[in-house]
Amino acid sequence: MKRDYLLFLLFATVVLVAPAAFKGGYLLNVLVFMGINTMLAVALNLLLGFAGQISLGHASFFGLGAYLSGILSTTYGFNPWLTMVIAAVAVGILAFGLGFPILKLKGHYLAMATLGFGIIVYIVFNETVALTGGPSGLSGIPNLKMGSLTFDGDLKNYYLIWCFALVTMLLAINLAHSRIGRALRAIHDSEVASRVMGVNARLLKVQVFALSAIISAVAGSLYAHTMSFISPASFGFNFSVELVTMVIIGGLGSIFGSFLGAALLTILPELLRVVQDYDIVVYGLLLIVMTMYMPKGLAGGIASLARRLRPAKKGVVDAQG
Amino acid sequence: MLRLKNINSYYGQVHALRNVSLHLAKGEIVTLIGANGAGKTTLLNTLSAVVPARSGEILFQGEEIVAHPPDRIVELGISHVPEGRQVFKPLSVEDNLELGAYLRYLKKEKAAIREDLEMVYSLFPRLRERRKQMAGTLSGGEQQMLAIGRALMARPKLLLLDEPSMGLAPLVVQEIFRVIENLRREKGTTVLLVEQNAKAALSMADRGYVLETGRMILEGEASELLENREVQRAYLGKEKKEIWER
Repeated sequence: MKRDYLLFLLFATVVLVAPAAFKGGYLLNVLVFMGINTMLAVALNLLLGFAGQISLGHASFFGLGAYLSGILSTTYGFNPWLTMVIAAVAVGILAFGLGFPILKLKGHYLAMATLGFGIIVYIVFNETVALTGGPSGLSGIPNLKMGSLTFDGDLKNYYLIWCFALVTMLLAINLAHSRIGRALRAIHDSEVASRVMGVNARLLKVQVFALSAIISAVAGSLYAHTMSFISPASFGFNFSVELVTMVIIGGLGSIFGSFLGAALLTILPELLRVVQDYDIVVYGLLLIVMTMYMPKGLAGGIASLARRLRPAKKGVVDAQG
Repeated sequence: MLRLKNINSYYGQVHALRNVSLHLAKGEIVTLIGANGAGKTTLLNTLSAVVPARSGEILFQGEEIVAHPPDRIVELGISHVPEGRQVFKPLSVEDNLELGAYLRYLKKEKAAIREDLEMVYSLFPRLRERRKQMAGTLSGGEQQMLAIGRALMARPKLLLLDEPSMGLAPLVVQEIFRVIENLRREKGTTVLLVEQNAKAALSMADRGYVLETGRMILEGEASELLENREVQRAYLGKEKKEIWER
């Protein structure tokens, strides 16, 4: 438990000083995306890795946050911070309402239902042209401001996004170590047994679903205000699947794993620019290799690698099996 | 303490419990025996509201609880040790036990929970040795101890045990039964024990019920049931011939 917080402190320090190593826009811009993806992956991990409930429609919450915030601030001239709060609350209420019927479903059926929801939202983004601008997107979204400071440059955006990402991670770590985190993992393993322990499984699942959606909506709002342009293509089914991939590659139930998964899936497309359309082949291979050799994801893989190396150094065998 | 009146439970169209009635006095150990599919587990699941009753009454300490959700039932003091143990395998032993006290965390009973943790560890020293270990790596007997310990963490007034002897070595079964008897002696815990191992269960219990295809067919003092010829034939593995032509 303490180790997680120490690791977090170390991680936060690295995040704060990292920009010094990158002079210039492009790489910093990648890191901004990495921050947003980290928030999304952590949010989905709470649902998928802890409570064990799949969602194939999480990009829609991200999109709803982005569009609500974007439309309210651009078309109606609301303060961007206010629109972020409105987006978070509205998406939270929506997810809470949606969660009750949808989370009664399990496994494949839940996957289908969330997938359906994601597609509906995607269609709405495309078709309500008067509101969202349709397929050509919504542009001219104002940046966030703090007094005289406007978050417009890459460096400023970097710190803005990563502040939110770090807070999200800390929140998730706290949750994981609380009684709620334990209950979520219990639901994951056996819903019936957790219910006879007095865990209100139905409500708890809906609550974590809503929390996950709220974080995604905040990430969406940040995305809209930093990019100042959004279009439906960023919030489709593909991105929902990409989020699930991040969580699984990173490691189910590991907060730092979610960062690793998000980092890998943010950097990889950039590196694979050279092979162009064949990048999908590399993704596929990566997933196969990962599930074969690192079934617990990057986080689990690194941990077991460390365990394997440590006794060699000290010459002691780890007694705890 | 507990009274069931004309309980009917269904799985979809299947009528699993038919007008079942039963009562338990405080401090009693009562066993419920019957063949596979008789409805024993359904009865416990109905009590803890995992399978809601469709009609009938359940009174616990004078309170009607038939419409309560499972968490409210735990709060009132009924803890269920489910069939097949159902420990949370990827969680540590200690996490499992703390989950048993899930509802008590809300009431800020931290110190009392620590005490109870110690109590469970002294009851089952093996669990203390393995408290950081994943529950899935325990042996069957240890998992059963963990499941019972986990239920005790809720400080139950009534303990529902579903086949604690399932798949365990006779020596381990003896140990677990001894703990159950001790619990009653020291804490006055009331126990409703569902068992296939009818002989062992009847020799420990005060009273017994026999359930057959969803109906209660017999009720009596445990010693009477042990002597009952029908019970002996159907559940204690004695040949019909052996009994009737002696």
